[in-house]
Amino acid sequence: MPVITYRKALNDALAEELARDENVFIIGEEVAQYNGAYKVTEGLWQRFGDKRVLDTPITEAAFIGLSVGASMLGLRPVVELMFWSFAYVAYDQIVNNAGCIRYMSGGQINLPLVIRGPANGGTNVGATHSHTPESILANNPGVKVVCPATAYDAKGLMKTAIRDNDPVFVMENTLLYGETWEVPEEEYLIPLGVADVKREGSDISLVAHGRAVITSLQAADILAHEHNIRAEVVDLRSIRPLDEETLLRSVRKTHRAVLVDENKPFCAVSAQIATTIQEKAFDDLDAPVLRVCTLDAPAIYSPPLEKIQLPTPERIVGKVLSIA
Amino acid sequence: METTLETIPSAAAEINHALEAQEKTQFLRQMLRIRRFEQAALKQYQTSGQIGGFLHLCIGQESVAVGTMSLCGDDDHIITGYRNHGHALAAGMSMNECMAELFGKATGCSKGKGGSMHFFAPDKNFWGGHGIVAGQTPLGLGLAFALKYKGIKGCCLCYLGDGAVNQGVYQASLNLASLWSLPVIYVIENNQYSMGTSQERSSAYRDCLAARAEAYDIEWDRFNGEDIYEVRAKTLPAILRAREESRPTVLEIATYRYYGHSVSDANAKKYRSPEEIEKYRKLHDPIQLWQRRLLDEGVLTAEQAEELDAAATAEAAESVRFAQESPLPEKADIFADVYCEVDRQTAAGRTGKFFFND
Ligand SMILES: Cc1ncc(C[n+]2csc(CCOP(=O)(O)OP(=O)(O)O)c2C)c(N)n1
Ligand SMILES: [Mg+2]
Repeated sequence: MPVITYRKALNDALAEELARDENVFIIGEEVAQYNGAYKVTEGLWQRFGDKRVLDTPITEAAFIGLSVGASMLGLRPVVELMFWSFAYVAYDQIVNNAGCIRYMSGGQINLPLVIRGPANGGTNVGATHSHTPESILANNPGVKVVCPATAYDAKGLMKTAIRDNDPVFVMENTLLYGETWEVPEEEYLIPLGVADVKREGSDISLVAHGRAVITSLQAADILAHEHNIRAEVVDLRSIRPLDEETLLRSVRKTHRAVLVDENKPFCAVSAQIATTIQEKAFDDLDAPVLRVCTLDAPAIYSPPLEKIQLPTPERIVGKVLSIA
Repeated sequence: METTLETIPSAAAEINHALEAQEKTQFLRQMLRIRRFEQAALKQYQTSGQIGGFLHLCIGQESVAVGTMSLCGDDDHIITGYRNHGHALAAGMSMNECMAELFGKATGCSKGKGGSMHFFAPDKNFWGGHGIVAGQTPLGLGLAFALKYKGIKGCCLCYLGDGAVNQGVYQASLNLASLWSLPVIYVIENNQYSMGTSQERSSAYRDCLAARAEAYDIEWDRFNGEDIYEVRAKTLPAILRAREESRPTVLEIATYRYYGHSVSDANAKKYRSPEEIEKYRKLHDPIQLWQRRLLDEGVLTAEQAEELDAAATAEAAESVRFAQESPLPEKADIFADVYCEVDRQTAAGRTGKFFFND
């Protein structure tokens, strides 16, 4: 199977969907002639031209609102946010318009819209550029949120997102763009709302999404080699819709869970997961559900400090050892 | 942009005519300090592995910050975007605190918390350093509002790029600035590009970007930023208008950045030709032009100019040493500076839970 980068997997997904459906178009800052600030859209403008791949001025509220409007008439915009942090200047369009119009119209309208881009800390770009808004966006019924952790998932989820008839927000990670995984050549789709057990284990469940999955896998390695603990790593992949079944099945098997999350802890995705576990699998638990989140402050710039602000394998191991 | 070094009317403007030799030399010193600081930062970024994130250099644009800010008094305030090293140094911040910030050290101007895009020095009327494009534009309006509210005859110089002018919040700010007669001056540092997008590809306009101000009944001007005399002569009316009449102004200052958008701009020489960059470096460099002017005027000897440059280079090297030898923040520092009441250990800061670490 070919081994390709997370970036290339996304690029392939976009190219395939552009070729498949003429209503799909790409819009955002520097996505066309510059090939994308992070090169995710490389070559697409050259191949599909001005009509299908559009560079915008720096005006997120306008081009996201435009995309919501265009989706009302059946176009399928794929908006790139150079950083998901910039969504905050377009919050009204994303939450009030993309999130509520279907409901307020009594279901007369649907919005087949994708907004994608990196949403992560860990690159020392300071607090304004390091937000992880999956938790606050998933808080809005009406929108869907996915956070792929591997190239394989990125491609399959992106293609599904583009074909979905609701607004889907795809949160990528600049630290993963250059990482490689096996991705098959033949076409595949990954449904939204299906988690993936990335590593089987029987002693404890590590539940994560996005890059925290990779950190959890590293922790699982350490736990296996140094502590003889077999951790299962559950990758949520999709935050909303959420695959409760896979999550609960794992916890019922291992009886313990540590939730790993690059969100800040307050009302984080992991807070929702913890609630779900205690509501539905309380009797299966042998220990309290614990979390490893990003340390609770705005993202610090200082490179060595930001490294420890995010979840690390060591912190996960420590948390696991406290209950296993 | 034509080079008009010979004699420009601005040189004779009263504000320039009145300059002492020492003040003129000071402008050169400031521009050299900015350039040598940024060159040292660039080298450290590429070689030391200790500077992270983005580094947006203003090399080529130094005259804009130095020229406009040379007119500021104690009641005038400054706010800008992420390309802020020049404004910071022109505001009187030290190279040491700026370099240490880039190194993420506790001795940095923001204690290593803000990084390159987020320098702050409120004690010097310098209110940042803002990473979100145009995010500073309503803040500048707010600084101006507060000045007027308090009855202080000052102004706020709010800098933004030619790409930032298209953010809705800037347009909304212009409307309020005029409607409420606020002493804010929006300085568009027009370096012709927003990342890889030329002005023509990002903005619709008649005449120029500043002329949009007309629709809001705001005075505006547009001029060449390569010459300090010109910058000062054309900025002064805006400052007086703000201080005396509490009216806003939009200034569009033509300038050019020699380096990429940021150090990680892989396309820096693709969206514009190497010849274009070379032309600006050779014919429009604000430091060379100003230095030549001072030599022509007999304000300075070539030897003295070299000494100034050597001093700036040495100061930059020293700031690197200072940054390298400074301590990092402690882990506990991550949670300081989040809430004022918590930092000050007031009753409010001790009531309820503020942090939710696992
Ligand atoms: C809201 C927002 N969108 C996008 C960006 C990414 N970005 C940073 S600077 C920049 C270009 C700005 O160009 P301009 O306003 O001309 O200023 P210059 O960089 O030329 O100084 C872009 C797109 C951002 N920081 N914030
Ligand atoms: Mg610009």
